Amino acid sequence: MLLVIEQFLNGLQFGLLLFLLAAGLTLVFGIMDFVNLAHGSLYMMGAYFAASFVAWTGNFILGVVLALGATLLLGIILEFVALRHLYGRDHLDHVLATFGLILFFNDAVRLIWGPAGLALPLPPWLTVPIAILPGIYYPAYRLAIIAVALAVALMLYLVVMRTRLGMLIRAGASNREMIGALGINIKLLYTLVFGLGAALAGLAGLMQAPILTVQIGMGENILILAFVIIVIGGIGSIRGAFLAAIFVGMIDTLGRAFLPDLLRQILSSAAASTAAPALSSMLIYLVMAIVLVARPEGLFPANRS
Amino acid sequence: MKAALNVRNAAAVLVVAGLLVLPLYTSLSGNVFALTLFTRIVIFALAAASLNLIMGYGGMMSFGHAAYLGIGGYAVGILAAEGIGSGFIQWPVALLASALFALVIGALSLRTRGVYFIMITLAFAQMAYYVASGLARYGGDDGLTIYKRSDFGGLINLSNRVQFYYLCLACLLGGLYLIWRIVNSRFGMVVQGLRSNEARMQAIGFPATRYRLVCFVISGTMCGLAGAMLANNTDFVSPAVMYWTRSGDLMVMVILGGMGSLFGPVIGAAVFLLLEEFLSQLTEYWAMIMGPLLLLIVLFGRGGIDGLLGRARRG
Repeated sequence: MLLVIEQFLNGLQFGLLLFLLAAGLTLVFGIMDFVNLAHGSLYMMGAYFAASFVAWTGNFILGVVLALGATLLLGIILEFVALRHLYGRDHLDHVLATFGLILFFNDAVRLIWGPAGLALPLPPWLTVPIAILPGIYYPAYRLAIIAVALAVALMLYLVVMRTRLGMLIRAGASNREMIGALGINIKLLYTLVFGLGAALAGLAGLMQAPILTVQIGMGENILILAFVIIVIGGIGSIRGAFLAAIFVGMIDTLGRAFLPDLLRQILSSAAASTAAPALSSMLIYLVMAIVLVARPEGLFPANRS
Repeated sequence: MKAALNVRNAAAVLVVAGLLVLPLYTSLSGNVFALTLFTRIVIFALAAASLNLIMGYGGMMSFGHAAYLGIGGYAVGILAAEGIGSGFIQWPVALLASALFALVIGALSLRTRGVYFIMITLAFAQMAYYVASGLARYGGDDGLTIYKRSDFGGLINLSNRVQFYYLCLACLLGGLYLIWRIVNSRFGMVVQGLRSNEARMQAIGFPATRYRLVCFVISGTMCGLAGAMLANNTDFVSPAVMYWTRSGDLMVMVILGGMGSLFGPVIGAAVFLLLEEFLSQLTEYWAMIMGPLLLLIVLFGRGGIDGLLGRARRG
């Protein structure tokens, strides 16, 4: 029972983290029609910035805030220098250009921080286990991730649905020429949205950093998961990304936790222990294939009417 | 079709002639490394050409083409590990396995369009990658060493570098010939028509998905052949062969050379791999140069190298 609750929370935490990554991706895709493979690099940069700034300032919160600002800035620079010239081009051009950026960022990180991974140590007040139910303890840091990610998700929802900026974002998604003609500075809007997406990716990266190590290529596998999420959720839909992210996070975590035991019930122990890791890694892709076959537009396609 | 004397055709002839006489140069100069490098280039050229068939002519942006490299390679590697060394069994199995995989994922993926297609092919390739990583019996993550190259009896000896090179080159030229015939056939016209205007083609009465699927399977099979050759070339196959960055590399080769041009992918593969080789000798951080270079090519060099050649002809 303890394990089940713990794994559920882990799944929720992972799902929320994936949401932060997928939200930026789906915003950028939904609004600029831009496929950004380098989103995972921004995730990685967020983690590296955090590790450096926390070590430099000696203060966890301050370092994290600085890292977020740095990732935001990096995203804006990236958009301004290179990516804005690619809007309106073929998706293939986006894939290729941002693939080039991934190569660049991986080696740039290797040059600056070295090939070995970094650690992002947690302050003592985040390492204590907290009793969520009598007798059931859960790491405070993972709870903090859940809280922060939920708060960010709520804020994102409020910004997009309830503010003037959000209204412009939604309008830009449905008809960019029209809002440009109405006198809105669409270029600035795009730059802002890209920066927001970058900051969200950076936040996801730096929150994941203390759990895993900060290393080169850390953004690549999780980026593919984020792609799976926005495909399942429907491209351009934040609500879809949220639900799909929780779903994928749960499936992945619970699959890894319980699939080996389940398989052991049917297969021999040896066969189960070889099949389980591959099967649990495949599980998400299977789900995605089923979703795409049943509903090629995703489960919650963005409402563009 | 009249073969015109222009820069583009001249470049193609030069490339083929250069590839044909390369072993002569390497045996005279004793530069064995160049032969190994060019064998690799020829193999990747075939893979890129197969991707070009669906991407350049068919408009299907597959981001999972490296999966076939892996499947072809694993077919050879697994059969070799199980003691079946004959190339007459290994290679057909490699082709068949790739064709089957292409059939299944093509049937599923072709229900989607555009960026969804890019992502679902990517996801399927990642799935294949994880399956290969889970093959504990065949090395899992660490990969599988092939102790003996495919045995084609007395016909050809793959362990001989020159013979192996010429086999790969023959496969490449055969593959290019096949693509050329396909593209100029009625079937190829339909596939290209579907790229330009699917609705119109369907209105005429062509079953779009069926045509696309056949093209997708042909492409996958051809890439599976490249995979079988690659495994023989490296005497090794590992999941890394089908990692998604490898699919990205193949895409880059096609676009670098020029999409939808017959010889473009060959030139693209050569330029990409030579550049990689050259830059990695220059600096350990070669990708820091390669990455921005790709960005610049996308920003300013539309149509790839083939496009440049085409412009040179007009200019």
